[in-house]
Amino acid sequence: MMRLGHRLARINAVFIKELIQMRRDRLTFAVMLAIPILELVLFGYAINTDPKHLPTAVHAEEYTPVVRSILSGLENSEYFDVSTSHSDPRASDYLLASGKVVFVVEIPAGFTRQLIRGERPQLLVSADATDPVAASNALGRLSTIVNQALAKDLTGPLAHLRAGKGAVDLVVHPRYNPEGITQYNIVPGLLGVILTMTLVMITGMAMTRETERGTMENLLAMPGSPFEVMIGKILPYVGVGLVQTVVVLVVAHWLFAVPFIGSIALLVLSVAIFILANLALGFTFSTIAQSQIQSMQLTFFFFLPSILLSGFMFPFRGMPHWAQMIGEVLPLTHFLRVVRGIMLKGAGLQESVYDLAAILAFMLVVSTVAMLRYKRTLD
Amino acid sequence: MSELAIDVRGLSKNFANKAAVSNVDLQMPRGQVWGFLGPNGSGKTTTIRMLCGLLKPSAGEGTCLGFDLRRDAEAIRRQTGYMTQKFSFWADLSVRENLDFVARIYQLDNRRQCVDETLAVLGLTHRQHQLAGALSGGWKQRLALAAVTMHKPKLLLLDEPTAGVDPQARRDFWDQIHRLSNEGMTVLVSTHYMDEAERCDHIVYLAHGKLITEGSVPDIIDQSGLLSFRAEGKGVRVLEPLMAGQQGIEHAAYYGAALHISGHDRAALEAAVAKVADQGYSWQEVKPSLEDVFIALMEQSGGDKRAHG
Repeated sequence: MMRLGHRLARINAVFIKELIQMRRDRLTFAVMLAIPILELVLFGYAINTDPKHLPTAVHAEEYTPVVRSILSGLENSEYFDVSTSHSDPRASDYLLASGKVVFVVEIPAGFTRQLIRGERPQLLVSADATDPVAASNALGRLSTIVNQALAKDLTGPLAHLRAGKGAVDLVVHPRYNPEGITQYNIVPGLLGVILTMTLVMITGMAMTRETERGTMENLLAMPGSPFEVMIGKILPYVGVGLVQTVVVLVVAHWLFAVPFIGSIALLVLSVAIFILANLALGFTFSTIAQSQIQSMQLTFFFFLPSILLSGFMFPFRGMPHWAQMIGEVLPLTHFLRVVRGIMLKGAGLQESVYDLAAILAFMLVVSTVAMLRYKRTLD
Repeated sequence: MSELAIDVRGLSKNFANKAAVSNVDLQMPRGQVWGFLGPNGSGKTTTIRMLCGLLKPSAGEGTCLGFDLRRDAEAIRRQTGYMTQKFSFWADLSVRENLDFVARIYQLDNRRQCVDETLAVLGLTHRQHQLAGALSGGWKQRLALAAVTMHKPKLLLLDEPTAGVDPQARRDFWDQIHRLSNEGMTVLVSTHYMDEAERCDHIVYLAHGKLITEGSVPDIIDQSGLLSFRAEGKGVRVLEPLMAGQQGIEHAAYYGAALHISGHDRAALEAAVAKVADQGYSWQEVKPSLEDVFIALMEQSGGDKRAHG
């Protein structure tokens, strides 16, 4: 009994000490409260595996009442948002490859005439199938939607067309990943996730380690501008990031047979920009955090939305508008589009330039914060 | 070129409205070795950090090596060597790698040769491949001194460089300081050791961020007006409780087998001695030591009020 009392007293001593230390470390405390709230909000509201309002382009060579019925039927289903109409067939490829739209609906000239004659004209729907989950529900409903839309036009003498296989020959063309292989989408995405996680974490320690080990005072007493220190500190990890990239790509090729149809040079450029953006962010974290632990927490705090809101785990278009806005800020979101575009769609610079610019802008903002936060003195 | 290595007036530093250093004037000629003394928290470290540009002064003006303290911090950094109180080189780099880094950042010519020479002069050659973190205290101090002097600074600021180092290593370290001084370096060194203070050309004594006194060691002892008496004899140790607290005795302490009492009032001291004259101790007046003077100064100015390490 006595011994139990002693034991409890000592447990109590450690417990009190931990409580005091926990209270001192305000950032840790904030992160511990913020992460559950963030997770609840993100998981609860933002994630939707049945994405609707997917941007759709229409390439129609005629606009008859029947065509209009089909298009408004698509709109009314809420799965398709007809955002652009164009007459140049080459534009369809660009829109799909750049990720501006998920679907292109093509209606050839003479569609209505063939329909009325009962010749079952083709209605061609090209889908961006790089993310099989994102497009599958919309495609699954497609024939029902089209048939229902036509039902109110096909009355009287045309009523017989509604029977059988339907009045329209619906041709769905899942582009880039016709078999709907999930790995094709996930593995290139993992490249971005791996780079984000490791690089932000590693450079996040860069300055906090100097502070914790007492070497910061020495570094500050020597010549060297914040910019010089930052570049010197992140450069080694550019090499690390590139090695990781090679490993992921080789594994993607050998284990999962993920296709690579785009330009290697463009991929290298994109990866380099993305690596620099992550390293700059990590460096910024290390100028904000007061300890390596705090820096780890900031990394985790950033990593969570990166995974959930970038379109890596859940379809980006399925999220509500506000969540998409947050996603647009994250470099991973843009990198996923670029890397999937290059590897699966053969996207070129023209298709990738917007997303690359977004990553560069992020890097600039974050580096500026780092330069402002980096103190040249011990004040 | 200014004859003064350090020339500052009214130097002050506040942390969260607490004054760590207030109104310090220093005029230090080039080529000398000055000692910075004072109790913990007296503002020695803060003053040194302001001198080498690591802290911005809250008030005050001045130059260091002829460069303005506020505007030319970068130029001061290039010509100053600052050795921090805590070992601040990279524990996971070897001795040589640490020196290589310093040589690169100061863009020294003939880096390899320069590092070789520095290693040789400080006797670190046979340890050059050891990790800095694995060195003992004395060797760490040697490495730090090597690293902060390699770029041949004109001014060397050493913040308690020998704290926690054994006597032999301390003596070696001071031999190095005098060697560097002979080469023309100006050295400002803070310390708590009296024997080290006595090796300096000039002493500056700080307490509570204020400059209390300065001068050569004999000057400071003379100026203090302190008087000391020494008692020797069998059983002298029972005397201290009797003497301490008596009027006029500001301080009583044992030095080996002898008791020193000191104070500023000769009559009161002599009266106190007379009270115990019949107890068989031999009394004589002695010159107060620097330590007696500093302890008296410390007691006059109150205890440790440090708010910032």
